[in-house]
Parts: sequence; C-alpha cells; structure tokens
Amino acid sequence: MKFKFIEEKFFHFLMLAATLCVFAFFGSILWTIITNGMKAMNWEMISQVPGGGFYLGKDGGILNAIVGSLYIVGGSTVLGLLISIPVVFFMNVYLKKKSKLAYLTRLSFDVLFGIPSIVYGAFAFTIMIFFGLKTSLLGGIIVVTFLIIPIFIRSMDEVAQSVSKDLLDATYSLGATKLETGKVIIRQIAPGIATATLLSIGRAIGDAAGVMFTAGFTDSIPTSLTQPAATLPLSVFFQLSSPIPEVRERAYAAALLLTIIVLIISIISRFIMHKFSKNKIK
Amino acid sequence: MSINLLKFRVLKDKSARGIMLILTGLSLFILVAMGAGLYWKSTTILSDQSLWKLLSSSEWSPMKGEFGFFSFIAGSIYVTVLSVLIALPISLLTALYVTENAKAWVKKLLFPVLDILAGIPPVVYGVWGTLVIVPWIADSVGPKFVEYTNGYTVLAGGIVLSIMIIPLLVSLFVEIFSTVSKDYKDASASLGATRWQTSRFIVLRKALPGIIAAIVLAISRAFGETLAVLMVCGNVINIPRNLFEGCYPLPALIANNYGEMLSLPLYESALMFAALVLFVIIFIFNLLSRILLQEVEKQFKL
Repeated sequence: MKFKFIEEKFFHFLMLAATLCVFAFFGSILWTIITNGMKAMNWEMISQVPGGGFYLGKDGGILNAIVGSLYIVGGSTVLGLLISIPVVFFMNVYLKKKSKLAYLTRLSFDVLFGIPSIVYGAFAFTIMIFFGLKTSLLGGIIVVTFLIIPIFIRSMDEVAQSVSKDLLDATYSLGATKLETGKVIIRQIAPGIATATLLSIGRAIGDAAGVMFTAGFTDSIPTSLTQPAATLPLSVFFQLSSPIPEVRERAYAAALLLTIIVLIISIISRFIMHKFSKNKIK
Repeated sequence: MSINLLKFRVLKDKSARGIMLILTGLSLFILVAMGAGLYWKSTTILSDQSLWKLLSSSEWSPMKGEFGFFSFIAGSIYVTVLSVLIALPISLLTALYVTENAKAWVKKLLFPVLDILAGIPPVVYGVWGTLVIVPWIADSVGPKFVEYTNGYTVLAGGIVLSIMIIPLLVSLFVEIFSTVSKDYKDASASLGATRWQTSRFIVLRKALPGIIAAIVLAISRAFGETLAVLMVCGNVINIPRNLFEGCYPLPALIANNYGEMLSLPLYESALMFAALVLFVIIFIFNLLSRILLQEVEKQFKL
C-alpha cells in the first residue's frame, strides 16, 4: 500500500479519536455530576433555606441560592434586553452598513464579550466602594447586566444584519419612518432575540466570579434590592470547600441542579430555532 | 394625513434616534470606564512601586508591603499554554473530521454537545475537575513522574481549561474551514490527493490566518477563566517547576482575596492592579484576534 493511504488511514483514525474524545468529555462530565448529585438531591434541598448548622451537615436546603439566582438572572435579563434591543436597532437601521460608529461598536462589544467576569466583578466592586454601597442584590443584577449585554448585542446583531434590505426599503416606500420599521424588524429577529435571551440566561446563571464581589452571599432570601443575595454557583463553591462529606454532597446536588437548568435552556433554544422562524423572509 | 400627525411621527423618530444614540454611546463607554477605573485604582500601588518590580518580583507578602506578581503571572501562563496545547490538536482534528469526513448524523450529534459544553457553568467544570481529574492525577498519572502530588496541579488546571475552550475552538474552526472554497478541494482530489492530503495542504493552509485568530481568542478566554481553575490548581504561591506542582493564577488571586483586601489600601490597589493586568492582556489579545478574523471574513466574501 502506498504511504499516502497509510497516512490517510492514520489521520482518519486520529480525527475519529479526537471527536470521540469530545463526546467522552461530555459524557464524563454529565455522568459524574448526575451520579454524585443524585445522592443528596431531594425535595428538601430545593424547597428550604439553610437551617441552623446547615454547613455542618444538618437540615436545610439551597432555596436561598435558587431564589437569589432567579432574581439576579431575571433582573439582569430584563435590563439587558431593554438596553441591547435599542442598540441593535440603532446599529442596523439608523446607521449605514459601512458606518465607522457601527464598526467601532461591534468591535468593542466583541472585545467586551471576551473580558472575563472577574474583571467585571472587580470593576463593579470599585464603583460600589466609591459610592459607599455594600454587596447587594442590586449590585449583582447590575454587574450581570453588564456581563450579558455583549452577548445580547452580538447574537441579536448577527440576526439583524441578515434582515433583507429590500424589506426595509419596502417599509420606507410605504412612508414609514425608521422607527416604525421596527415593527417589521422585530418580527424578523424575534427568534434571534429569543435565542440570545436564553444564551444570556445560561451565562448569567452560571457566573460566579462577577457576583462574588457584588452580590455577596447570605442564608436568607433577599427581600429588597439592597440586601445581599446568594447564587447557585457560589453555593456550590462554598459548600465544596467544606471538609464535611454531607455538605460536599449537597454541593454536588446544587451542581446537578445548575447543570439541569443549563440543559433545559439549551433544549428550549434549539426548539425555538427550529419552530419560530416562520415569519422570517429570506 | 394631517401635517401635525406627520410632524409628530418625525419628531418621535428623531427623539428615538437620540435616545438610541445615547444608549449606544453609554454601552461603548463601559469598555473605556473599565480600563480607566481599574487604572485609577492601581495608581496607589504604581506610585509606590515600579511597574517592572511589580511584574518581575515573586515576593508576595501583602502585610510587609511586598507585591510581586511574577509567580501569579507565571501560573496563569503555564495553565493557559498547557490548556491550548491540549485543546488545539483535539479541536483541529474534530473540526476537520466534521467538515471533511463525517456523516451528517455525526454533525447533528456533535453541535448540540458542543453547545451544552459551552453552556455548562465554570463551577460545574470545577466540580468535575475535583471529582475526576484531580484524583486521576494524584493516583494514576502523578506517581509515575513524581514522588508525591495531591492532584491539585498545573496539569489539572490545564486539562479542565482545555475542555472549556474546546467548544469555542471547534465551532470557530468549523466556521473557518467551511469558508474554504470547494473548487480547491475538488482540484486537489482530482490530482489524486487523499482526503488527509487535501486537508493538510489545502484546508489548513488556506485557513491558517483564521486558525491563528481562533487560537488567540481561546488564549484570552483561558487566561481570564477564574473559578474552574481556582478549584483544581492548588492555589499555592510558587513558580511551578513541573506539571505536578500547584500554581496560583491571577484571576484566582483576585477571587480568593477580595474580602481581605479592604483592610489595606495598598493591598486593594495591588489586587486592582492584577485585574488591570488581566484586562489589558485580554483586551489586546481580543482586539488582535477580532481584527484578524474580520480580515479573514472579508477575504472570503469577495
């Protein structure tokens, strides 16, 4: 057999092996999290706040972290949408295709997307000290909003850029102002907004480094914006560093919960991408 | 239509434009504000010690006023380089397999898996690392090379990080490889080249600028990753001499000490300086790779 065919076989094998590797990593992560997480997973875990001696292995659950995470994710997603939809609309309707401002904006959001959340956290922390604020739900919501705005804008912008120019021209020729074309565009990019939202929720719920500085941690459910809030990733992190096995097992259960949420988000966004693109004009 | 209504619509349009311009401007301002804010916070330590001394000294004792970042920077670089070295061949081969060789169902299976891998939070990777990778290194791999290791090592950090950047690398590579024109591949095949030869001499060569951009992006992602690495790399302040020693990357330093730093102004400033170093390095790497990627895109759109 010629050398090139041996080479072909060899590299084909390597490629197959590499792809299997990726699947194996995926399987190993899911398997580890599920088998370890199931042990301590029960109704009490997700329906109660930590009781006295919770961190010594006594009764209680992680409802504080679940609710805290939901508050932060909900608040930041709404704020993020309110800020990023106008920005995307502005870039794609009011600015020309080759505008310098649009180029600069896209580039900065690309760069912002890459800035790690710990830097966002440190930056937000300095601002909070500057204004004399303590770690609070509000601080957490604001830093996560900053964190997800680049994700929102990048993924919505990608969809908005593909909206056909003819469609816009048709609305202008009917006498619509640029603002009024929004009614048409929003329908075109609706699936894009939905998937961008889910992507942002996924990132927001998993972020720990940013909220560590700004939202703090607490055993109770926050009742106002100025109180500190616990989050799921930090709950995993803190419980994992405990020397007591029962507490560590709860950390695995919390990690399982986090993984399940991320899996559900991923499935819904695939579903949306397939189903809700019916208004789309190619 | 009455003139008043028309005027009102135009006015609405104009004011919406103004508001949106302000929002766009403000969101652009985040980037500038972040750099400026961190720099402003770092001035305390920068006026106390020279930049060169901060970056090159490895003396770290905040209580004595010694702030040498070298071991942290070295730790970050070791972990990052290792993770890219592990992730690069796997991602390249996987992306080549998917674009050039694989059947449709493999793609249908692989992309959702990559999506989920990209979406799994760092803390879950950290848990997985402590449960699987750390014991594996401590019990199986470590003893073959060194006398004793507890598993919380540079190697563990590198492996966990590499899996976190594989989804990013593979999806970028797949995108880049699919821009290589089919004509080239057909021409190569008609000259009697095997699939691998076509991949090796046509696809990889054509895609080289894109590959470099993707690697630069992956480096900056790995460099800033905090929690997952912190959980498996040991957090001991030293300059690792081999893969089986613990290290202490920059983001871990910031995350671990955020509570204590308030007691000393110089300490706080030092940690903000660490954040500034992260910011500057990642800013430059990101900018480079984005500009490179845009050039690549332009080239193929012609």
